This record gives sequence, C-alpha cells and structure tokens, in this order.
Amino acid sequence: MRGYVLKRLAQAVGVLWAAYTVSFLVLDYLPGDPVTAMAGAGMDSGQVDPRQIAALRHEYGFDKPVLTQYAEYLGRAVRGDFGNSVATGRPVASTLADALPQTLQLTASALLFAVVLGGGLAVTATYTTRRWLRQLLLSLPPLGVSVPTFWVGLLLVEAFSFRLRWFPAFGNDGLKGLVLPALTLAVPTGALIAQVLAKSLLTALDQPYVETARAKGAGRWRVHLRHALRNASLPALTVAGLLVGQLIAGSVVVETVFSRDGLGRVTAAAVTAQDIPVVQGVVAFGALIFVTTNLVVDLVYPLLDPRIVVASERRARIA
Amino acid sequence: MRALPDFRSPRWAALTALLTTSVLLTACGSGTGGSGAGDGKPRSGGTLTFAVGSDAGCVDPQQVGSNDTIYSVRQVVDSLTDQDPRTGKIVPWLAKSWDISADATAFTFHLRSGVTFSDGSPLTAQVVKDNFDAVPHLGVLGTLAEGYLSGVKSTTVVDPLTVKVTFEQPNAQFLQATSTHSLGIESSASAKRSPQQKCSDGVIGSGPFVLKQYVQNQSVTLAKRRGYAWGSSRWNKKGEAYLDKLVFKVVPEAGVRAGSLRSGQVDAIGSVGRADEAALKGGQVTLQRRANPGIVFGLGFNNARPLLKDARVRRAILAAVDRKQIADTVFPTGTRAATSVLAHTTPDYTNLAPDLAFDAAKAKSLLDEAGWKAGGDGTRTKDGKKLNLTIDWVPNAATNQPALELIQQQLKAVGVQVTLKQLQLTQLTPTQQSGEFDATWGNITRADPDILRSSFSTKLANFYRVPASGLDRTLSAQAATTDPEGRSKLVTQAQRSIVRDAYNVPVVELQTQLGLSTKVHSLAFDASSRIQLHDTWIG
Repeated sequence: MRGYVLKRLAQAVGVLWAAYTVSFLVLDYLPGDPVTAMAGAGMDSGQVDPRQIAALRHEYGFDKPVLTQYAEYLGRAVRGDFGNSVATGRPVASTLADALPQTLQLTASALLFAVVLGGGLAVTATYTTRRWLRQLLLSLPPLGVSVPTFWVGLLLVEAFSFRLRWFPAFGNDGLKGLVLPALTLAVPTGALIAQVLAKSLLTALDQPYVETARAKGAGRWRVHLRHALRNASLPALTVAGLLVGQLIAGSVVVETVFSRDGLGRVTAAAVTAQDIPVVQGVVAFGALIFVTTNLVVDLVYPLLDPRIVVASERRARIA
Repeated sequence: MRALPDFRSPRWAALTALLTTSVLLTACGSGTGGSGAGDGKPRSGGTLTFAVGSDAGCVDPQQVGSNDTIYSVRQVVDSLTDQDPRTGKIVPWLAKSWDISADATAFTFHLRSGVTFSDGSPLTAQVVKDNFDAVPHLGVLGTLAEGYLSGVKSTTVVDPLTVKVTFEQPNAQFLQATSTHSLGIESSASAKRSPQQKCSDGVIGSGPFVLKQYVQNQSVTLAKRRGYAWGSSRWNKKGEAYLDKLVFKVVPEAGVRAGSLRSGQVDAIGSVGRADEAALKGGQVTLQRRANPGIVFGLGFNNARPLLKDARVRRAILAAVDRKQIADTVFPTGTRAATSVLAHTTPDYTNLAPDLAFDAAKAKSLLDEAGWKAGGDGTRTKDGKKLNLTIDWVPNAATNQPALELIQQQLKAVGVQVTLKQLQLTQLTPTQQSGEFDATWGNITRADPDILRSSFSTKLANFYRVPASGLDRTLSAQAATTDPEGRSKLVTQAQRSIVRDAYNVPVVELQTQLGLSTKVHSLAFDASSRIQLHDTWIG
C-alpha cells in the first residue's frame, strides 16, 4: 500500500511540473508580449514610447534569457509565489485566492445539481420498464454534453431572469445569483455523470449477483439502489477528475455570461491582456486541483476495491 | 421574491402616513426635491445602475483610454475647462478664464477659488502643477494624457490661483486637452502616488462624485459629493449632482446587458450593437447615439509601399469603397458613412462627401491608368504581379471583421485582391512602427482636429509613412493658430489635402450608442461622445 501511495504522489508532482513547463513554453512562443499589451490596452492611437516599454520589460524580467526566466519562475512557483499581474500589479497568488471562493461556491453547487440531475436521470432511465421513456431519457445526456454552455446560459437567463424575473442576470449576490450559473454549469457535468452511471448500471443489472439478490427475494428498488448502484458508482467516481476539469473549464464561460467574479473571469481577462504571470498561475493552480482530485480518487479506490492495489503491486513485481 | 407589505392593513397605514409626512417635510426643507415622478421636473436622489462591457483594470482617469471605464472614472474629477459638444467651443470649469500667447506656446489659467478635493484639500495653482508634472511619468498606460502634454517646457505657479503652462513648440490643441478626462485634476496627494497605486485604489478628485468602491471585473460604485459647487459652466444644474449613487456593473455579454436593461435590472447600458437593437425596440428603453469625434474608421495606408506610393492606386481604392453600404449593413443604426477623414462631430470638420463618393468606374479607370490591367481571374496584374493588398486588423470591435469582409468584396469588384490579416492587439503598435504592413484598420477618438497632425505629420511618429509635403506646413500652422477662424481654414485645407491625395481611406464614423431606460433623464454625450452624469436624474 505504501508503494502505491508514493507512486501516485510522484506521478502527481510530475504532472504538475509538466503542466507548468508546457504552459511556460507555449506562452513564451506566442507572438506579442504582455508589456506592449499593457500599453495598448483600450488605446486606439497606438502611440507608445519604446523606451518605456523597454524599461517595463526589464522591471518584469522579460528581457532575460528564456531559461533564466523559467528557472526563476519555477523556483518561486514552488514556494507559491507566482509574481505580480502585469495588468493590475497585484500579486498573482492573492488575485487567485480572492477569486477562488466565488468559483468554489459556483462549482460546488453545480456539482450538487449535476449529481442530483445526472444521477436521478440515470437511475430513472434504468429503472423504468417503459421502453419509450428509457430511450428518451438516455438520449438526453449526449444532448447535454454537446450543447454549448454559452447558449444554455443565455437561454436560462432569457427565461428565468428577463421573462420570469425570478433570478438576477448577473453578479455575485447571494444564493439567488448562484442558481442560474450553477444550473448552466451543471448541464454538461450532469450529462457526463448520467452517461457513465446509466451505462454501468445497465451492465451491473446483468451481473449474476443481481440475479442472486433477486432470487433471494429483494424488491426491485432495493436491488437497483442497494446492490447495482453501489457497484455502478465506481466508474462514475473514476471520471471525477474529468468532472472537475470540466467544471473549471466551464467556469470561464459561465462566469463571463453571468458576469460573476471568479477564477474563470480572471482567466479570461488574463488571456485577453496576455497577462502571462496570471495565466501561468491559473494553469498551475488548475493542474493542482486536477491532480489532487485524481490523487484522492486513486487513494480512495483501493478502499472500495482492494483488488486494485494487489493488481498494481503484482504488475510492479513482474516489471 | 420578497413579498410587498400589504399597505391596506391598519398597522401599515400608520407607518405609511408617518413616512409620507417625513418625505413631505424633507422636500419642503431642502427646496430642491421635485414633487413626484412623472411630472418631468428633475428630482434629487436615487441610484443609477449602468452596465458596461469591460473593465480596464484601472480607475485613474489620467490613465484609462477605454470608454467603458471612462464613463465611471470621469465623474470623479473636474477639468480646467469643458467643451461644448454642439459648437466645440472651450468653456470655463475649474478655470474661470485663460490667456494664450499669440504663438500658442504659453497657456495661463486663472483658477476658481473655493474648490476643494474630497480629501478636504483646496485647489491651487500648485495642485495643477503637481498634476502636470506627474503626467509625463505615468508610463505606458497614460499615453493619452502624456501626448497632450508632449513638448511641455514647464508648468509654473504665477500666484496661488494662476498657473502657466509653457511648451517648446506651438500647441493649440492643449486648450481642448485640458477639457478631457485624461487631464482631469487630482489632489496633490493623488498626483504624487505611483501610477499603479492610482490604478488599483483610485484617485482623490474634486468632481461631483466620489469613488466608494472598486471591485475589479465587477463594479465601480460612486457616491454624490456633498457640497459640490464648482460645476462646469455648461451644466444646467448648479451645485450638487441629482443622483445619490452611481453603480457601474461590468457585464461582458452584450445579450445579457440588453436583457438586463429590458427587464429593468439596470437603468443604462453601454456599447449597444446592431444585433442588440431589435431586442431593445419597444418597451421602456431609448437608444442614444452620437458619432465619436476624431479620425473615422478607415484604412491607414503605408504610403511608402511600392504599390501604394502610386497616388492613382490609392485614389482608386478610395473610390471603390461603398461607404454607405458598409455603414448600413454592419454598423448600428444611424452610423454615418465618412464624409471626411474627420468625423462630423469634430470641431472644424469639413464636408468632403463628393470626394468620397462611391465610383467603381472611376476606380477602374484609375487602375488602368496606373498600368494595372484586368486579368482573366478578376484580379488585376502589372509586370506579372497581382494587385494584392493586405489589411491588418485587430479584433477590438465586433464590427471590424464584417466591415472588412465587405470592403474585400467591394475592392474585388474593381480587380483588387484583399488579404485580411488578423493581429493581436499587442502586435498592432510594433507592426506600425516596423512599417511591415500595407494598410491597417482603425480609428482615433479626439475632439480636436489636431489629431490630424498626430497621425499625418512627418515630424511625429508618421506610422503611415506619408511623404513630406505642404501638408506638414498646414498641420504645423494649425497647431500654432489660436484665432478660431484662421485655424478652421487651415484644418479644412489639411482635410482636403489628405482626402485628395488619399493618404488614408475614410470609411465610417464610429458611433457610440447607449441604451437608456425611459426613467433616466438628461444623460447627454459630451464633446468626446462620453458622458457626464452631474445633470442626470431618475424619475
């Protein structure tokens, strides 16, 4: 078990480092640079003094060789210091820390909606004996995965904010302002949960142990929820990492549509302004969340199914 | 939804009576309050909620250049002068009067007394000097303000309420520059802070509103400055502003802005495009529009390119563009086709519509004359080379791409092949500096015709590689002429010369369009097509 944990930890650190390095290289390769972006933002006259640009570039260290910049950035990033935003001058770490609670609130509620909606859909679809209803319900997840989040958001705003006036269309004010963005974000995530869960529930229902349970006289609901669902949730847990990624990526769109403050808005603004320190911080932070989620899933997994560690150790021994 | 209390119950009746009485008493006491909504009389009080599309990440009026941010930060500072949007005339604000030396190199302002900043400090000549001394050190964000003060020799305190600004060269545009938000006067304490600090924390001004809160990418909240009594001579209301509070919300999605206005969640919105107009028609919304003064949207040629050195080719392109079609199909309703290199709202604008008429036949014959012969595939050739023009553009407005695609089609009709090259905003300046371009698409907002000199004089940056000519003399002369009639004549001459030689192809005037709830009154554009909210009221 200790070997398993250490291996997973090492993998997590490797992924973090790779994400940071790749984003650094990509950002370095992109045309344009943040200092000219800063100078040109919102201006249409385009009259910028090259000497000032040079001075600023020096101040931010953009005039150093790429490798030096990389080593410096990485060294500071390890200590949690991502430098200052080029656009606002604020430390990247505190910019992200300020935005984080808003996004956590949004993604947590979205996940809740997604589990309830997606899980409910999968259970209902697999439980029902009406063929047409099952077909209808099972055709919803592919739709949910493929419709653009942007469009879903605008549709919900139009119906529930502009027409019915039940919820505000924008802002971070309280629970009411959270409902529409969370629902929007829950659509693709819920669809993914429904897809995975419905498929594994259908497989589980065909397993011999289900037959056994039935033969022992367990009711349909009991078999469905206590026996089949429990086993079928394992694959759904596996995609948790994917879900987290989807939620974070979706927050960029949702926070823009609903004018909410949060990591997504910070990201969108940073990309537009070519605010490299912030973009780097976002990438590293996103990777950290992703890696942590997967690590937790990996560590929880053997608790649910001990065969996994055994298999992994056997493979290690053979190798 | 919060339920409304039932006013019919006896318990509420007593409270209602009490409230009504106190409201009536307050109204009698202050003497300024109107007698109720709907009678058309201005009323004090209330909050205006204004949704804008973006946040520049900076709340210092001296540093920002984007309309969405200017709308809010403008309200915090006063300027030395103001500009009448109808006549373009400069009128008193913080300066009661001014003298300009005959050669337009020295400007002496006589300040109003009794003006204070919101930190309690008084306005003095020294404060103005502190501001003008700090502006040249604003750095990359403050290029607008810096440009207005470029060539400044010194700012001197003549007496506590008289300040004199001297330039190395004649600089007639400076008077108009003192009316802009970019040279809004901040308290000495503010002026001495670093540009970054001013950006994130805001500034202390003497304006009719005070910054209460700035949440980046979310909102800017302003409160009425109590005891304000030094408004521009142009404003209708004396003393304090009508509104108690201004809230500017950042709502990036145009459709959400429009819907929020329609459903009453906000009172006003900025940047209404053609696509939003339909959604706002009918109901309690009015659209308010004004063309931005300055250089119109158009093609800025690199006049040094072999292809474009030939005036006949430039003139042919000028004639091949159907401006009206572009204005009518791509831009918001009411957008005007360019009738000069300057928009019609710029002081000293001259109508040159006949010179900018669409004439495909003329374009074709000019190209024939220049040796570009029509070929088999529709593109003209000369010495085996195709007539290809690359237009560089940046996606900073939704109208850019459709407008350019239409121009591409229009030029194709006369045998000119156009390649559109999209750049990042950050690449535009370096591209213009390097000279590696045929033409760029863009405009410049400025309510003074001196913008022609900044763009076309060979003595300045000369991004467009205009050859030295008599135009230089005309542009320098207008900058040195303080007599309005004389200056106007020179500016007219400069516009004629730029259009005649087709150094630039003017296409459409940029129009600023706002959406307002019908309960918002007296929200008018200023001379730069931005807003001043002192006279605005809700009722």
